[in-house]
Parts: sequence; C-alpha cells; structure tokens
Amino acid sequence: MNSTRCAACKHLRRRCPSTCIFSPYFPSNNPRRFQYVHKIYGASNVGKILKDLPENYRAEAANSLYYEAYCRIKDPVYGCVGIITILHQQIHNVQCQLAGIQAEIAALSTQSQNEDNQYQQTLIAPTLIQQNGVPNYTSYYDIPTWFD
Amino acid sequence: MGGTGNSPCASCKLLRRRCTKDCIFAPYFPSDDPNKFAIAHKVFGASNISKMLQELPVHQRADAVSSLVYEANARVRDPVYGCVGAISYLQNQVSQLQMQLAVAQTEILCIQMQQDQQITLPTTPLLFDEDDEKSFLLQNNLPQFLNFTPFNNSVNCDSFKKGTLYGHDMVS
Repeated sequence: MNSTRCAACKHLRRRCPSTCIFSPYFPSNNPRRFQYVHKIYGASNVGKILKDLPENYRAEAANSLYYEAYCRIKDPVYGCVGIITILHQQIHNVQCQLAGIQAEIAALSTQSQNEDNQYQQTLIAPTLIQQNGVPNYTSYYDIPTWFD
Repeated sequence: MGGTGNSPCASCKLLRRRCTKDCIFAPYFPSDDPNKFAIAHKVFGASNISKMLQELPVHQRADAVSSLVYEANARVRDPVYGCVGAISYLQNQVSQLQMQLAVAQTEILCIQMQQDQQITLPTTPLLFDEDDEKSFLLQNNLPQFLNFTPFNNSVNCDSFKKGTLYGHDMVS
C-alpha cells in the first residue's frame, strides 16, 4: 500500500494498494485532475479504459481523458467537439485565403509573362546596334511604351 | 412509457428498467438506434450522462448528446487519444496551411515588387555614359538589356541582375 494515497484513492476514500491502477497517473499533488475525470467518466470507466491498454500507453490515455474531461466541464454542451468544429472552420478559412492568393499569383505571373513576350517580339535594337557599332537612339524611344 | 409509442427507449432497454414518461434519455436515445446509447454508456456511464443532461437546459440537451456520442465513438476507435487525436491532427493541419499562406503572401509581395520596379523605369531616354555604352554593346541577353544603366544613371540596376526577379522566362 502506498504511504501516500493517490488522488483517486483519496477522492474515493479508500486504501491505495501498491497495484493501484490510478496512482501513476493521478498523483496526490493534483487532486483536480482526478476530480474532473471522475466527474465526466467515473472512476470505474477510467479504470477499465486504463486496464485495457498496454502500460506504456496509459499515461497518454490518462492525459487525453483529463483533457477531454476538462473541455467538457468548460463547455458542457460541446466539450472537445466544440474545439474540433472551430479547427475545421479555421482550416476552411485559411484554405480559402490560400486559394485566393494562389489565384492572384497565377494571374500576376501570367500577366508578367505576357508582358515579357511582348518585349521579346518587338525588341530588335540590340542586334542592329551591334552590327552598326553605333547606338540607335530611335530604338530606345520605343522601350518606354512597353512599360505603359 | 417514455419511448416512442409503447416501446422503452434504447437506454431503458439496455439498462433493463421501466421507461417512464419523463425518462431523461428517451428523447435522445430512441429504441431504433441501440448502438448510440450503448457506446455512450460504455465510455461515460448512464449515471454520468444523466447528470450531465440534468444540468443543461432542455434546448441544449440534443447537442450535448450528439457531442457525447461523438466523443464516445472517438474513444472507442482510439482508446489512447480519443478526440484529442483528432484535435492534434487538425491543429497540425492549421499550422501547415498557415505556413503555406505565409509563403504565398511573400511570393505575391515579391511579384508585386518586381512589377513596381518595372513600372518605375524612366519613360524618357537619357544619354549614355561611355562605360555603360561599352558594357551594353557586350551584352547579348535581353534581361541584361533591361539592366542597362544609361536609361537612368540614378537607378540601382544591380537588383535586376538577379535571375530570380525576371526568371528564366526572360531568356529566350
């Protein structure tokens, strides 16, 4: 028997044996943790859930049970499901934003490509200049219009 | 009987008790869906469900039952994490999407800056500097043509030399 009872056995007002299923996960220094879990699930159900799991999974299970119980106490109508709904909504919102920006990027890239293609089609000055060895000022006057 | 017609509700059937007309479970656990109560009872227990429902106003009880059944199903499917597994997964998804959004926003900013830089190039031609004339004559590539300093000596064209601004598409 543990010299210090775990939070569960203290709450249930019983002896805490050395094989107590609760004691590793509900220490006496955190009584609220077991109170929440007991209020929502009941000690018996929590014990069954933990016993049905391999020992290396029980700590995580106890943590998730506590989290869900906490959510249910804070929101008695929706509990954890309320958080899931909010997250789904957030995902939807961010996906919409992302789709909008990606569409904008595609449009801007296409526009930029079209402008570049126009440059390439109408630009003949460099070849002429190199052949003559003298810059042709007339050709440079054309360039600003490409920016219009 | 609290259930539909004369039949007891699913909870009273499972608990093997009389289903009274004011049975708290009857409106939410009809007899034609026994699994719904079975799974909720397995995880939470009838007594706890009853207490939770009694603490709620009547118009919120249906939603509460739905969420309890959802959580119970999640716990049966994943005895270790239950609903928390789904929350963790969704939070991860939100983070990844937000990162993608940040990257996309940066990308669009870069594109807009590129376009602004194109627009701010001068509209009136200016005279050459001698050195710039030589460098121009040596250049064959169109992107570098646009880097040409004589158009505006005050423009810092070093940034235009980075391939990423105009991209490989500029080079035919």
